[in-house]
Amino acid sequence: MAFTREQVVKIADLGRLHLTESEIESMSKQLTAILGFFEQLEAIDTEGIEPMAHCLPIQNVFREDEKKPGLPPDEALANAPKRVGDFFSVPPILD
Amino acid sequence: MATTYEIIIGLEVHVQLMTESKLFCSDGTKFGEPPNTLVSPVSIGMPGVLPVMNRRALELAIKAGLALGCQISRFTKWDRKHYFYPDLPKAYQISQYDIPLATEGLVTYDVNGEEKKCRLIRVHLEEDAGKNLHAEGGGDSLVDLNRAGMPLIEVVSYPDIRRPEEAAAYLETIRTLMRDLDVSDCEMQEGSLRCDANINLHITKDGNVYKTPIVEVKNLNSIKSVEKSLIYEASRQFEQWQKDGKVLGQMPKQTRGWDDARGITRSQREKEEEADYRYFPEPDLVPVVIDDALIERIRGEFGETSAQRKKRYIEELGLNDYNASVLIDKGRAISDYFEALLTHEVDAKSAANWLINDVLSHAEGRIKVMSDLPIMPGSLAELIKLVKGNKLNLNDAREKVLPEMIETGRDAASIVDEKGLGVVLDTAAIDAIVDAVLADNAKIVEDIKSGKGKALGALVGQVMKRSQGKFPPAIVNETLNKRLGL
Repeated sequence: MAFTREQVVKIADLGRLHLTESEIESMSKQLTAILGFFEQLEAIDTEGIEPMAHCLPIQNVFREDEKKPGLPPDEALANAPKRVGDFFSVPPILD
Repeated sequence: MATTYEIIIGLEVHVQLMTESKLFCSDGTKFGEPPNTLVSPVSIGMPGVLPVMNRRALELAIKAGLALGCQISRFTKWDRKHYFYPDLPKAYQISQYDIPLATEGLVTYDVNGEEKKCRLIRVHLEEDAGKNLHAEGGGDSLVDLNRAGMPLIEVVSYPDIRRPEEAAAYLETIRTLMRDLDVSDCEMQEGSLRCDANINLHITKDGNVYKTPIVEVKNLNSIKSVEKSLIYEASRQFEQWQKDGKVLGQMPKQTRGWDDARGITRSQREKEEEADYRYFPEPDLVPVVIDDALIERIRGEFGETSAQRKKRYIEELGLNDYNASVLIDKGRAISDYFEALLTHEVDAKSAANWLINDVLSHAEGRIKVMSDLPIMPGSLAELIKLVKGNKLNLNDAREKVLPEMIETGRDAASIVDEKGLGVVLDTAAIDAIVDAVLADNAKIVEDIKSGKGKALGALVGQVMKRSQGKFPPAIVNETLNKRLGL
């Protein structure tokens, strides 16, 4: 199966990526190749084998319900492109 | 031919679990803290951090699932749901997709005495997003990430609800249940209970059925607004259908926000298709396996639900339906108080009558919550026992002693002493006044002896009046009866 231009543009759009025409071209090729590798796996007989939900044979990893002090606001906001008081400030959101 | 329609409603309810810390990190969960103070590298989505599951959140979610009559999945896992929004720093929400924690539940609820049932599709766990504050007049939006990562369960119903008032009753029932079980405090104003409603109409005209496009109604801030918005939305959809005739499938599912001030729903952004969320299994969290031992331990944490309590009040304690309903509907604190009264050896019917007719009616408007009531259950029990034991007249107890107790928090006995309200048990004194009354009322005595029993009340009244209300009515009655040979 080949990745079409439309599929690449849609996936890029969902990921908020802006691709140039040549990037769209090369991404189509690379994604098609990746898909091809996965298609090779279809040759394996998986009859009667349970699907795995995770690659590690581990389950039930928990922490106890204990709270710890949070980051000071100045640290939490250190990477914010813009702040107003102790809020992150972002371009207006239209609902 | 007449055009009729049926309203089809399904609800998605989000309930915030009562934990100390967030779902996947140790930030606190208290409501109303200063912005961006309950945050950590995990909840603000720093690169390289790893989530670790909160054990208590899982247990509370299982508890909710059991209470909602669901099958608990023995194997469940986490998935990432991707979308871009400023309140979601990782650009994905950790949720559950194809194997939710619980499936196929049933909620039984009551609408004006009629029992209704609504089936549930699923109950799953997920983390909350932060909160966006929109400036008036279109300035920048502000983001507070305190809420990001709070533990939520989402309860998704089948479209089994047929009337807006049923939707309100269903939500009320879930709220009561979650509070009874200490799963959540369910404060809609604080966002620990949230509800989105899906609604469309099945319109029958000339033997054909037309289904209107489904609308998801958001921004419902109270149970009342759930009901009001659905009443509005049903008639809006009917009018829209009469105008354009559009049916399900001819336009995408629409999201509309409820404007409480104006009492209307308004169109919001178009709903993204499900596939756009690009769900995939969360690689940073391992699956969860739930065994019978865990389920049984959580079942063991169940207290009595309100519905069970009401049933017990009627069937075992013999309360009437009205009193049982008042005790339950006024909230857990009231029925807990009633329970405490019972432990002081007061019979259930007296306890219910005193609590409902006297204590609550005096207390209403004076106190906000039951714990502010200055009378401990033990003190109220003392007052009830004084009356039962003929040491205080009922009217004095209700009109003079109880209000003073509510006002001052003093105990009944000291108020009775101070006001000189203790009834006299001096039988000689009672006999003397009874004799005097009988002598002064020869006519009434004749009437009674000739069979007009009703006149006895007049004699009782006179005895009480002359004794200034200090004789116990039961003994006055007994004495009169004896004297008259009745």
